[in-house]
Amino acid sequence: MIPAFEVVDVHYAYPDAPALQGLSLTIEQGQRVALLGANGSGKSTLLQLLDGLHFADRGTVSAFGEALSQERLQDDAAAFAFRRRVGLVFQNPDVQLFCPTVFDELAFGPLQLGWSKDEILERVDATLAEFSIASLKHRPPHRLSGGEKKRVALASVLILNPEVLLLDEPTAGLDPQSASELIDYLVKCQGSGRTVVTATHDLDIVEDIADRCFVLQSGRLVASGATSEILDDEALCASAHIAHAHYHRHGGALDHRHHHRHSGEAARSSK
Amino acid sequence: MAGARASAKMGVCDCGPSYDGRRQRGGAFLDRLAGGLVHAMDHALDADDLARRDGLLQRLDPRVKLVGLLGLIVVAVFVKSLAVLGGLFLVAVALALPSQVTLSRLIKQIWLKVLAFTVLITLPAVFLVPGTVIARVPVLSWPVTLQGVRSATFLLGRAETAATFALLLILTTPWPHVLKALRVFRAPIVLVAILGMTHRYIFVLLESASRMFEARRSRMVGPLSPRDRRRVATATAGVLLDKALHLSTDVQSAMASRGYRGEVRLIDDFHATPIDGLALAGFAAVASAALWLQA
Repeated sequence: MIPAFEVVDVHYAYPDAPALQGLSLTIEQGQRVALLGANGSGKSTLLQLLDGLHFADRGTVSAFGEALSQERLQDDAAAFAFRRRVGLVFQNPDVQLFCPTVFDELAFGPLQLGWSKDEILERVDATLAEFSIASLKHRPPHRLSGGEKKRVALASVLILNPEVLLLDEPTAGLDPQSASELIDYLVKCQGSGRTVVTATHDLDIVEDIADRCFVLQSGRLVASGATSEILDDEALCASAHIAHAHYHRHGGALDHRHHHRHSGEAARSSK
Repeated sequence: MAGARASAKMGVCDCGPSYDGRRQRGGAFLDRLAGGLVHAMDHALDADDLARRDGLLQRLDPRVKLVGLLGLIVVAVFVKSLAVLGGLFLVAVALALPSQVTLSRLIKQIWLKVLAFTVLITLPAVFLVPGTVIARVPVLSWPVTLQGVRSATFLLGRAETAATFALLLILTTPWPHVLKALRVFRAPIVLVAILGMTHRYIFVLLESASRMFEARRSRMVGPLSPRDRRRVATATAGVLLDKALHLSTDVQSAMASRGYRGEVRLIDDFHATPIDGLALAGFAAVASAALWLQA
C-alpha cells in the first residue's frame, strides 16, 4: 500500500533558527502515530509540512505517493483534493476558530470545498450532535471554554471526514476532565481506519492514541518504534527530554527517585 | 482612591513601597489600562447578551432590521423639520424600551457621548451663522443667532437620532447576523469577511493585552514616571502588534488548511415570517410619514 506520508531528508528553517534537519520517516495509511519531542524539537513544523502549509527547504515530503510541493497545491483541483483528505487541528484553538459562530466554523471547510447548501446543513447538524456541541451552534468562539473550543476545532476538521487527521498538542491547556473527553473523541474517530498523527509531549495519552512513535530532538529523528517500546525506554525518554527524574514520596519514603513523564506540560509551544 | 478601588477589583495586592504616593500613580496608570481593557470586553459581551434576549427588535429578521433602521437613519439625516426630527427620535426611544434597551444605557452609551462631540463641532456655528441675534455671550459680547442655534440643534438632533437607530441595530442583532444581512444586500464579501474577523480577534487581542498589563503590574515594585508610563504603553502596543501579525499568519494557515483559496463563502439561512413583513411595512410607514410631514 502507498504510504500516507513519506518524508525524505527534509530540512526546514525559520528565519532565526533551523527547525528540521535531515528528517526522514514514513507513515503508513491507517497508522496511529505519535510525534514525541520536547519544545522546539520540530513536531509542529513537521505537522505543518505534512499539511502542505510550509514546504521543505531541502528534501521531499510526499502524500499518498505524490510530492507535496507548492506548485502542486497552487492548482485548485489538486489543493481541494488534498484538503479533502488531510485535516490539521492546531494547538491553539483561537487560531483555528476564526468564524463568527460555531455553525459558521463547522460550515467553513465544506463551503470552501464547494459542497451543496443542503449537504452542508445536514453534515453540520450531524457533526454538532456527534460532538455533543449542538447547544453551542450559535455561540461565538469567544464565549466558549477551553475544552469547548478544542472540541469545536476538532469537529470543524472532522466534518470533512479526512482520511488523515493531524493533531498538534490536542490536550494542551485542558483540565483533566476536558482532556479525557477529548481523548475519548479521538479514540472514537480513529476506529474508522483513519490515519492519525499526533504531536505531543503528554506521554499519558500516547498509549491511547498511537501504536507507533517517532521521537524528535532538535529537528532530527532520534528513535522510532512501537509505542510500548519507546515509552519503556527510560534512557531514550530522558535524553529526548520528554521524561525526567525527580524525588517524590512513596509510602512515606521521601528519597524515592525515578523518571517521570512530562504530562501536564503540554500547554507550552512545541514549535 | 480610584486606583485602590480598581486594584481591589482586579485582585492585585496594593501593598508595596509607597514612594510618597508615587507608587499609586504608576499602579493607577496600569490599573486604568488593564481595567479599560477588561471593561471593553465586558461591554462587548454584554451587548452580545442583549442581542440574544427576547425583545421587540430581537424578534425581527436581521434583514428587515437592517433595511428598516438604515432607512430611518437616512430619513433622519435628510429631514428638514425639527418637529419631525423630534418625532423620529421618539420612535427610536419607543423601539428601544420594548427591546430591553434601557434609557440609562442609551444615555450612557450614546446620548452623552454624541452630545459632547456634537457640541464641540457645532458651537462655532451658534456664533458664526449670520441672522437674528437672540443673545450675546457675557464679557465677550459674541452674538448668538437664531439661525445658528437652529442649525446646531438640527445637527445635534440628526446625530442623536441616527446614532440611536444605529445602536439599536447593533444591540439587538448578533454581529454575525448583521454581517450575513449585509451579504444578502450585496455588501462586498471582502468587507464582510474583514468585519467578521475583526470582531472575532478583537477579543483575542483584548485578552492578550489585558494579560500583558496584569503581568507587568504584578512585577512592578517602584513608581512609574510619566515618561516610563508612555514607554510601557508604546512597548505594549508594539508587542501587541507583533502578536497580531503572528496571529494573522497562523489564522491564514488555519484557513488554508481547511480549503480557503482567497474566496470567502457564507451560508445565508434567514427565514422571514409574516411579522417581519408587518415590521417592514411599519418602518416604511414611519419613514414615509416623516418625509410627507416635513414637505
